[in-house]
Amino acid sequence: MSDLPLPSPLLTLADLHGDRRRMRTERLVKVVLSAAAGVSVLISAGIIWSLARETFTFVTQVQWDTVLFSEGWFPRQGVYDLRTIFVGSLWVTAIAMAVAVPVGLGSAIYLSEYARPSVRRILKPTLEVLAGIPSVVLGFFALSVIAPSVVQRIFHNGLFSLTAAGIGVGILSIPLVASVSEDALRSVPQALREASYGMGAKRITTVTKVVVPAAVSGLVAAVILAVSRAIGETMVVFIAGGAAGNQVFQLNPLKPGLTMTAAMATQAQGTDQVVGEALTFQSLYFVGAVLFTITLALNLVADRFVRRVRQAY
Amino acid sequence: MALATTIGAGGEAARRRVHDQLTGGKSDVSGAIFRILLLLSLGVSLVVLAVLFTDVFTTGSSVFTSRAESFLSGGIRQRAETAGIFQAIRGTFWIGVFVVVFSFPIGVASAVYLEEYAAKGRLARLIDVNIRNLAGVPSIVYGILGLTIFVKQLSGVTGGRSLMSAGITLAVLVLPIVIITAAEAVRAVPTSLREAGYGVGATRWEVIRTQVLPYALPGIITGTVLSLARAIGEAAPLYLCGAITGLLPGKEGLLDASQFRDKFTALPVVIAEWSRNPREGFSEIAAAAIIVMLVIVLAMNTVAIALRTRYEKKRN
Repeated sequence: MSDLPLPSPLLTLADLHGDRRRMRTERLVKVVLSAAAGVSVLISAGIIWSLARETFTFVTQVQWDTVLFSEGWFPRQGVYDLRTIFVGSLWVTAIAMAVAVPVGLGSAIYLSEYARPSVRRILKPTLEVLAGIPSVVLGFFALSVIAPSVVQRIFHNGLFSLTAAGIGVGILSIPLVASVSEDALRSVPQALREASYGMGAKRITTVTKVVVPAAVSGLVAAVILAVSRAIGETMVVFIAGGAAGNQVFQLNPLKPGLTMTAAMATQAQGTDQVVGEALTFQSLYFVGAVLFTITLALNLVADRFVRRVRQAY
Repeated sequence: MALATTIGAGGEAARRRVHDQLTGGKSDVSGAIFRILLLLSLGVSLVVLAVLFTDVFTTGSSVFTSRAESFLSGGIRQRAETAGIFQAIRGTFWIGVFVVVFSFPIGVASAVYLEEYAAKGRLARLIDVNIRNLAGVPSIVYGILGLTIFVKQLSGVTGGRSLMSAGITLAVLVLPIVIITAAEAVRAVPTSLREAGYGVGATRWEVIRTQVLPYALPGIITGTVLSLARAIGEAAPLYLCGAITGLLPGKEGLLDASQFRDKFTALPVVIAEWSRNPREGFSEIAAAAIIVMLVIVLAMNTVAIALRTRYEKKRN
């Protein structure tokens, strides 16, 4: 070994550092990339800053009795009854979940536990196509099919209703529930299923008593994410909910109504011409801040549930 | 199973007997019902898609058979018989350009930084949580961001309620999705590739440029195309950025860049307005505009999914 020729000139520590030009590029690239990663932090800061200023003005100047107990949501007349749009959002979300949770969960269980790979390859894209449909298209669908052929036929109400909008939002949320739940079910270790079969359990017993309980925190996360998505959905309610910017307080989901999101969209339709009451413009930000806080809280909770699944297995 | 088939008919009889003994001779009724219910729930999505496509097509196709050219080249009007979607297509096209130009480079750079550079410390985790929360912020809240920052604060640059404000707002909206999908693609690059690069003395950036990015590129492009499709279908933030729903003057061509600082409209906005309009003829032109929109969005989705499956196959 010792008679091998040594590299000449000898390799020094300085050579291992590489040449200065390459190192400079390296440093520059790192700075540029970290700046790009910083943009997302800037966006968060931008959202909070945007919401905070006008919300502060609204909260400090508004007469709170018009926000909590007045006859409805009439932003141009200075009447901002939060209950009105809150009830709308609750109805739409509840109806959407009544559609999306059973359908999405059922789809996920079938795809993960029953479908052969060949069947899965055909059925899975259906959900992906549905996930790709823009919400305005589902808004149109809710108004032109769901409202007249389903809701009106059962309840004999008017064309525009929170129920039709809620069903539309529910359809929109099916792919989300299905894909998050399927991930959760698939991450359940195979050994658990085999142990169950080894005990002589039927497939339905294995699925309902072993796999679903093992995946439960992921399934809860799926539902929470879907709730957050449904609360934040705008266009379906804007199109099929039928409200025109003003809304009297009422609890009936078969009538037209406003959600927080639709209230913002209808209000923004003419932000140029907003005169009227002094705080009309600021109320848009106030509702936005409430919406942002609710969805952020839901997403953080869902994130915690997803993490729990990952830690367990 | 394989054993039973080689043994033949006698084996099959034995298998059935064992099966009967294990199940107690009863057929699994609840299991069968459960399975049918699960299949039905998948069927819901299929039925919805089928009804949606038929409804949109039957309502909207008459517009294309009677006046395809004036519909595709006309501007937004108050009357359904003369209204067209040229301005809407133009707006959506440029919004797409803004989304790609802004969110692709920044998104990929962030993903590379998070996956390849950032030490897995508190800061990286903070940015990670931040991005995932941004992805869950309702689109209309991004509209507030666009209204406050791009329309109002930066009106000197963007021209206020303009195409540029809307485009950048939607780029901001999909940036978290681009980052998340690009980061997944970068994470899927085998460590052996990186180690081989370091082994021959390449610097970190050289490894990323020559090994990591080329390998991750199909995944990154898939994610970007899907985000683009999402951005193009988004309407709510555009309302806050001042999309025009009534009359929009101006006769610029599709590629005329001088319109960046002008008023604008876009396909999803036009669809929403026409869908809501109860007057006669509007649901037909809404459906016709939806056909155009679906062709664009579904083509993008198909390209993205096909690209992904092709590369997944190649690598396995």
